[in-house]
Amino acid sequence: MTIFEKSVSGRKGYSLPDEALHDSSPLSKIPEHLLRKKAVELPENSEVDIVRHYTELSRKNYSVDNGFYPLGSCTMKYNPRLNEEMASLEGFSYLHPYQPTESIQGALEVMYELQRMLAEITGMDAFTLQPAAGAHGELTGMLIVRKYFELMGEDQRKKVIVPDSAHGTNPASAKMAGFDVVEIASNPSGLIDLGNLKAALDETVAAIMLTNPNTLGLFEKDILEISKLAHDNGTLLYYDGANLNAIMGHVRPGDMGFDIVHLNLHKTFSTPHGMGGPGSGPVGVKEKLKGLLPAPLVALNDDGYYLDYDLPDSIGKVRSFYGNFGVLLKAYAYIRMLGKNGLKFASEMAVLNANYLRVKLSKLIPPSHPGICKHEFVLDGSVLVKEFGVKTLDLAKRLLDYGLHPPTIYFPLIVHEALMIEPTETESKDNLDRFAEVIEKILEEARDNPETLKNAPYSTPVRRLNETMASRKPIMRWKAEK
Amino acid sequence: MSHFSYIPHTDTEIQKMLETIGVKSVEALFSDVPRVFDFDLALPDSSDEFSVARELKTLAQKNLNLNEVAVFRGAGIYYHYIPSVIRALSSRGEFLTAYTPYQPEVSQGTLQALFEFQTMIAELAGLEVANSSMYDGATAVAEAALMAVRVNGRNKILISRALHPEYQRVTGTYCHAQNIELEELPYSENTGQIDLKKLKNSLNDDVSAVIVGYPNYFGIIEDLREIKALLDEKVIFIVVANPIALSVLEAPGSLGADIVVGEGQPLGNPPSLGGPGLGFFATREKFVRKMPGRIIGETQDADGKTGYVMVLQTREQHIRRGKATSNICSNHAHNAVIAAIYMSLMGKEGLREVAIRSYDKAHYLFQRISEIEGMAPLFSGPFFHEFAVKLKALTAGELNNKLLEHKILGPMELEKDFPELGNSVLFCTTEAVRNDDLEFLLGRLEEII
Amino acid sequence: MKKYAKTHEWVLVEGNVATVGISNYAQEHLGDIVYVELPEVGKEISKGETICSVESVKAASDVYAPLSGKILEVNEELDAAPETINSDAEKSGWIFKMEFSDPAELDGLMDEEEYKKFCEEEEA
Repeated sequence: MTIFEKSVSGRKGYSLPDEALHDSSPLSKIPEHLLRKKAVELPENSEVDIVRHYTELSRKNYSVDNGFYPLGSCTMKYNPRLNEEMASLEGFSYLHPYQPTESIQGALEVMYELQRMLAEITGMDAFTLQPAAGAHGELTGMLIVRKYFELMGEDQRKKVIVPDSAHGTNPASAKMAGFDVVEIASNPSGLIDLGNLKAALDETVAAIMLTNPNTLGLFEKDILEISKLAHDNGTLLYYDGANLNAIMGHVRPGDMGFDIVHLNLHKTFSTPHGMGGPGSGPVGVKEKLKGLLPAPLVALNDDGYYLDYDLPDSIGKVRSFYGNFGVLLKAYAYIRMLGKNGLKFASEMAVLNANYLRVKLSKLIPPSHPGICKHEFVLDGSVLVKEFGVKTLDLAKRLLDYGLHPPTIYFPLIVHEALMIEPTETESKDNLDRFAEVIEKILEEARDNPETLKNAPYSTPVRRLNETMASRKPIMRWKAEK
Repeated sequence: MSHFSYIPHTDTEIQKMLETIGVKSVEALFSDVPRVFDFDLALPDSSDEFSVARELKTLAQKNLNLNEVAVFRGAGIYYHYIPSVIRALSSRGEFLTAYTPYQPEVSQGTLQALFEFQTMIAELAGLEVANSSMYDGATAVAEAALMAVRVNGRNKILISRALHPEYQRVTGTYCHAQNIELEELPYSENTGQIDLKKLKNSLNDDVSAVIVGYPNYFGIIEDLREIKALLDEKVIFIVVANPIALSVLEAPGSLGADIVVGEGQPLGNPPSLGGPGLGFFATREKFVRKMPGRIIGETQDADGKTGYVMVLQTREQHIRRGKATSNICSNHAHNAVIAAIYMSLMGKEGLREVAIRSYDKAHYLFQRISEIEGMAPLFSGPFFHEFAVKLKALTAGELNNKLLEHKILGPMELEKDFPELGNSVLFCTTEAVRNDDLEFLLGRLEEII
Repeated sequence: MKKYAKTHEWVLVEGNVATVGISNYAQEHLGDIVYVELPEVGKEISKGETICSVESVKAASDVYAPLSGKILEVNEELDAAPETINSDAEKSGWIFKMEFSDPAELDGLMDEEEYKKFCEEEEA
């Protein structure tokens, strides 16, 4: 039942101070036609009704707090509660962005230090904390690329190259920044095809967007050569930081040759996914691009921390105020907890977990690309179709009955019936063993009675939903008259 | 012995796992990473929870927070009462640590909460559909402009100069990227509303959309009906609204708005130094396939039970890639659920009461300030809970410094963004400003000015 | 006579009017069709241009003009019943009718046999 259906006229769930109005006929100064005749149709419930409604809803959700989320490219690691407690401190959550800078020195210090720490971790020279999400960071990065070439007088650079394994936000962001996107096919090993890259590189290419390791979980070992090819061509190299969890403390994108980097704090740096957001997508650049960053940057002089708006070549603002401060705080706390040794260990355990699970599962479902992986790997589910007549989708839905969230399915697009698995370092060996056991069990079910998978799930709050009906005649809000 | 509280591996387990994989050490798993760049991260070593907490609490205490002062500043982020229930419910792990609802069978909590959010936003806006959030008000406006161009194929956006300066700048960034022309619409020095004559002169077949505030940055309520009357049927009318105000003002959709966007922070979200906020976005059903962002729809499951699922995903980047309506992937779902909890808790009467008190205190303050020598309200137009005042006796900076000594966060300085207004400030009151605080402010103003 | 494009559109020619839709093979791969974005009547189009799109729940497929010319009519029934493309892609699931200017462009299209082979090769 929706909250609207639980509404009872006259119920009150709030309390406000007992204060008199100064004007006994409120709203009288507003012209009639600009006032509502009827109150907004919002529900009326008591506080306990609200608590029960949302508690009930929460119990229908799976979450990291409930169990494993082996979603490739999402880095669903544990969200530390220390982060939450720190972000909720009044001294952080009750700040107005337009307060005098002297009154927010603690907050500015957190942001300044985070700018510095992220630069250090990635080997870049400067960071903006403004973008609100990874895709937003990609857009910011692409706008920086565009402005860079405008200033250089090279307006013929209208193209951006992405590999066919790229995450959808890469071409979408490049397009939003006004570029044309050129997709190049990967080689049989799943890596950048140097031949295809060389053929595509000409004076019209502004940037190449890469992630390393790539979406197959494979490290682009030719990265130094790729970097040289790009730079010799006057092209910038952009790093999608979604997979940074694989390499922290081992190699830095800045050292690999990347000019611009975006990070996903809600992936690598443990801030919670919150049902889809808010995240945060800080962008780091090499010195030559620093002046193009969105203003303001947090800076430090003899008088203390301040907001530096003096960036005459800035691409402009990409959102209001300074960034998702509440999210930035959580990442800060995380980095301070783990420290330089902890970040490195996190990457090592992420890669260990992925390879361990890969070896265990490869006996059951073949990997798309054999060999050592980094923090994630892809299995090719087409064998399920051939042998049992079940799809990756059906396997995923059956996993739900075992109280597990499925891996990413049907991405990357270059693998048929793909299953992309990223355990993260916060899962124990026992959890991974259990996951492998469950997969084995489900494959047995697929062999003995494929219908079990095709009609799964059975024990979740709702069963398989009719998505066709939902998108054909979409009902996108609740209505009183049904 | 585990090395870190967030990373469970014991040395024994690591050994066993290496054996299973068939390598001698963890380092072997990184053998394909070039050894060329050795480095030592210039970061402190790991710490413990209590030391980190102490460090952060010290940093938090270095800030003056809004609960310590009387707040008379709005300008896009508003200080409202946030009932305790909000945090209690929204911090539940099943909401906080859940992923995007791509597997709807185990995400009905998320999907239903957001479906209810969409419903409430659609109600406030007076339009048929809303998405389940954008990053903030500024990017919501920017994306509305891009959507208008997608809908009617025209290439010019007329944007009110009386909108939040940051919203104008962000819209500029997004539009410049797509070579969309932006033209500023001036406001009347008298009323603070859009200059209708200038608007009329600027309208032609190139104009894709007109964007105005409701109320605008100066707190002034634009006459949406009068503006709509000037627009031809192809022009998309975009209204940037304050969600609390929408509980008492006529719904923009009913007055002809095609897209309604705004900043949802006032709905139960703390100020948080301006982020994360909440962009809301509503439009007409006929435009839904051109709207960005995730949308939740209702359907049935295999047993005929009502359930919710993400719909029209073919607009989004994970399917359409370069041809998507927007690149948006992560949104502000958690903030949207906070807003939904707030709106259901306050309900139809509560939201209205918050609005009326905010309005009432502002109008009282306006009246009393008009009586103070050296302070003159700038605009005669109808306003909601903010109003602009010209200062004659001292600068805005001097005034605010003095007020802060009395633990008052004074009005927003306007001159930097609006030099034409000279030495002016923007006052704001909400239901969280006590009547006593009003009198205290007035007392200090009378002394200082 | 019916002809097919490499991008899986079918073309039924009657005089200088061509009826266009997507093939049965295409609809099978798309899954349940939920929406068809119909083109504008009167629009001038050139061969290879993206005309409109056909959407299922998890995919969107662009429909390309198999010939150059002008759109005369669109199948309004697909608004209320996009699933017609699933049940009868190559007849009542037609998407638009056009008059075409250059009959020579027909030579570049495949006949039924050639298209069947083409699809078999794609599957492999």
